[in-house]
Amino acid sequence: MTLGPIRHIPRGATGWPPELEHLELSPPELWVLGDAIPAGPRVAVVGARVATHGGLQIARRLGADLAAAGIPVVSGMALGIDGAAHEGALDSGGPTVAVLGCGIDVCYPPSHRDLRDRIARGGCVVTEEPPGTVPAPWRFPRRNRIIAALATALVVVEASDRSGALSTARHAADLGRDVFAVPGSVLSDRSAGTNRLVRDGAIPLLETADLTAVGCLAEALEGIRGRARLAIPPPTFAGAPARRGDRRHHAANELPQEQAALLARIGADPVHPDRLAAALRLSPARLAAQLAGLELAGHVRSLPGGLVARDVPPQPGAHTAPAVPSRAGG
Amino acid sequence: MFATALSCALQGLAGIPITVEADIAAGLPGFTIVGLTDRAIQEARERVRAAVRNAGFEFPARRLTVNLAPAEVPKEGTAYDLAIALAVLRCAGRDISLRDTAVLGELALDATLRPVTGVLPMARSLRAAGVRRLVVPLANAAEAAMVEDLEVVAAPSLPACVYHLDGSRPLPPAPPGDAEATAEDDGVDLGSVRGHIHAKRALEIAAGGGHNLLMLGPPGSGKTMLARALASLLPDLTPDESLEVSAIWSLRGALHERPPATLRPPFRAPHHSISRAGLVGGGSGYAQPGEISLASRGVLFLDELCEFPRPLLEALRQPLEERSITVGRARGSVTYPAAFTLVGAANPCPCGYLGDETRRCHCGLRELQRYQSRVSGPVRDRIDLVVPVPRQSYDVLFPDRALDEPAEPVRNRVGAARARQVQRNRDLLDRERTRTGRRRRRTAALVTTAGTTPPRPSSHVNADLDGVLLLAACDPTPAATRLLSIAGDRLQLSARAFHRVLRVARTIADLSGNDRVDEASLGEALRYRGETAR
Repeated sequence: MTLGPIRHIPRGATGWPPELEHLELSPPELWVLGDAIPAGPRVAVVGARVATHGGLQIARRLGADLAAAGIPVVSGMALGIDGAAHEGALDSGGPTVAVLGCGIDVCYPPSHRDLRDRIARGGCVVTEEPPGTVPAPWRFPRRNRIIAALATALVVVEASDRSGALSTARHAADLGRDVFAVPGSVLSDRSAGTNRLVRDGAIPLLETADLTAVGCLAEALEGIRGRARLAIPPPTFAGAPARRGDRRHHAANELPQEQAALLARIGADPVHPDRLAAALRLSPARLAAQLAGLELAGHVRSLPGGLVARDVPPQPGAHTAPAVPSRAGG
Repeated sequence: MFATALSCALQGLAGIPITVEADIAAGLPGFTIVGLTDRAIQEARERVRAAVRNAGFEFPARRLTVNLAPAEVPKEGTAYDLAIALAVLRCAGRDISLRDTAVLGELALDATLRPVTGVLPMARSLRAAGVRRLVVPLANAAEAAMVEDLEVVAAPSLPACVYHLDGSRPLPPAPPGDAEATAEDDGVDLGSVRGHIHAKRALEIAAGGGHNLLMLGPPGSGKTMLARALASLLPDLTPDESLEVSAIWSLRGALHERPPATLRPPFRAPHHSISRAGLVGGGSGYAQPGEISLASRGVLFLDELCEFPRPLLEALRQPLEERSITVGRARGSVTYPAAFTLVGAANPCPCGYLGDETRRCHCGLRELQRYQSRVSGPVRDRIDLVVPVPRQSYDVLFPDRALDEPAEPVRNRVGAARARQVQRNRDLLDRERTRTGRRRRRTAALVTTAGTTPPRPSSHVNADLDGVLLLAACDPTPAATRLLSIAGDRLQLSARAFHRVLRVARTIADLSGNDRVDEASLGEALRYRGETAR
């Protein structure tokens, strides 16, 4: 299928985002695939390529919450956090902007071809590099300054000490953008970068509504205050009264008792099924069958090493239904 | 003067009776051997001459010609020495009765007989060709005596053989092989493996349906031990299967490691530095069966699967599909059985700690992708079960051992499940054949070219099910069908992955004695699909 024409926007022409003028070295031209770059305040969500299950979930839900509030999500279409943020935004049908470090007709990483096509249809893909430019390590820091310039606020979800996302954060700080960082355990070196950002003055982001600290986002995000928490709610046992106003709890209560008891043992930290079998005194056959049920219902996610972790199933009605990704694309 | 003796040549496992003809003519003394022979047979001239003399017989000092017929069959090895010597002696006038008798063996210069390889398959083929008596070296007697209705005599030397055949000092027939004799059991008893709850269940399923298995886990988590435990779970071979396995081992001259009569399935664990010929068979000079054939009807364990060179893994495709391997050689091709269960073990990533609960994986993304792509493709498609094997700290976690099931009930379940599926799958296959009037490709491939070995029956295990037969065998309940369609949607299973899940589900249902694949079997099977959803 075709993705529509590639548009060439010289500096200052119609559709040129004025925020790029804040840069010391503004790009001379942009190449755009998909819609025009949405105007108004945007939020960038960036992070490590090698991310934890938890980090990916946070990015996806941040993306979804922002897009649902109509705020465009800007990111770099990289593996890991970037991709998850785009996916979240697309899943809730909102606008998203991918800034590439290569030519507009080059898909990097190649495994994100489906995602690129989805973004080109539901948002836009942008680059300053002329068509045909191949990705190179030194082009990504250059690309990061555009992400920083396009964003009103920047959220770093997960980054180690040497992550490229930190360079985006530095650009954003230099441009006077608000920088948020999702804190993590001080023991985990995958959060070392974000934790250091917090120590150096970035605003810790614990839930999406924290972004209301940025003046121009407050109005758009007012609706989700208190609703879009990032923390996974503690699972409830079957029969426990559901707390009002939190629809995530309903799902757990509709599960058969054995599955609910099993779900109660699974948290955001990945756990091996053997531990669950030992704790619940379930036969491996029975446990595997129940886990498969939970996985298919979206409550649990399978991770490398056979580990499982809690996942939050798509909430019907909260956003628009997730689009079924087309396999035929590209 | 002219005389003959009977011996045997091998092409793969198929033996071809070889008539050794000797002719003595007037002329200058000389000794010529013809009939498409190799170096070893040309050198037989010196061995035979010395052995005959040292045995106290007279070597004819005239023009001597030996022909190995049929002359178009390539012949190799030293097993013809004894036949050549006997043909020469008969030709020189000694009265030796060789009616319905074949002889095999290599001669030493002092006239004693040395063992040769491939005696069992030769004995089988000779018997099928109508031979009733066989003389072999002492060390080969046990394997030759495995063949029914064949009188085997173990001769220590050429003179003993001659005196036996001319009736002056007959030797007693060798006793048939002892079916009770088992190889020294190097297997691991499942009951002695602690923890590893899920891995052990996967072993049970793999044994129950003959499925190939991939274990992913950090170094030192016990993957090798588990693979050995799988071999101990497999049911005993039938005498026919055991004979076939022993025949292959005989070709490699490896029967001293495995008593020919044992009914336990073999276990082979070649190192990843093995050559292609060593793994799949062939090689220059003698064609030999490789490790995959030695592991036929048993377990082929490839530790560090990702360290095996890619071409080696690609070479496993044909045997995994067709249960046999055809090795092309300059003088035609040979086919060996290779109906093994593949057990692979690999680290989840180059450093080994991806998905570990406590240690962090330090592998780069590129590195990881390159590593994981090594097991992708044709070999991965034939692996039905993928199970992660975590590092164990269960001595602390399990003060009691309530969850460690002893091996016996597991073995019983496996045996019962195998019996169920073989019965059902055979019926289904027969029905399908009468319906379509066609033979399945896989079965057709099992018939060896020479036709002297009987065609091997398909094993009818669930791992061999595919396409229409698979669906018919599964017969999923409505609830299972619903679950299957949800799984197809949510997990984006490929068609191949779909079939893998169905095969495993069929075995799980067989293990619990269900006629139809139900929701629970299917759900459990989904956990072993080995693809994590994004």
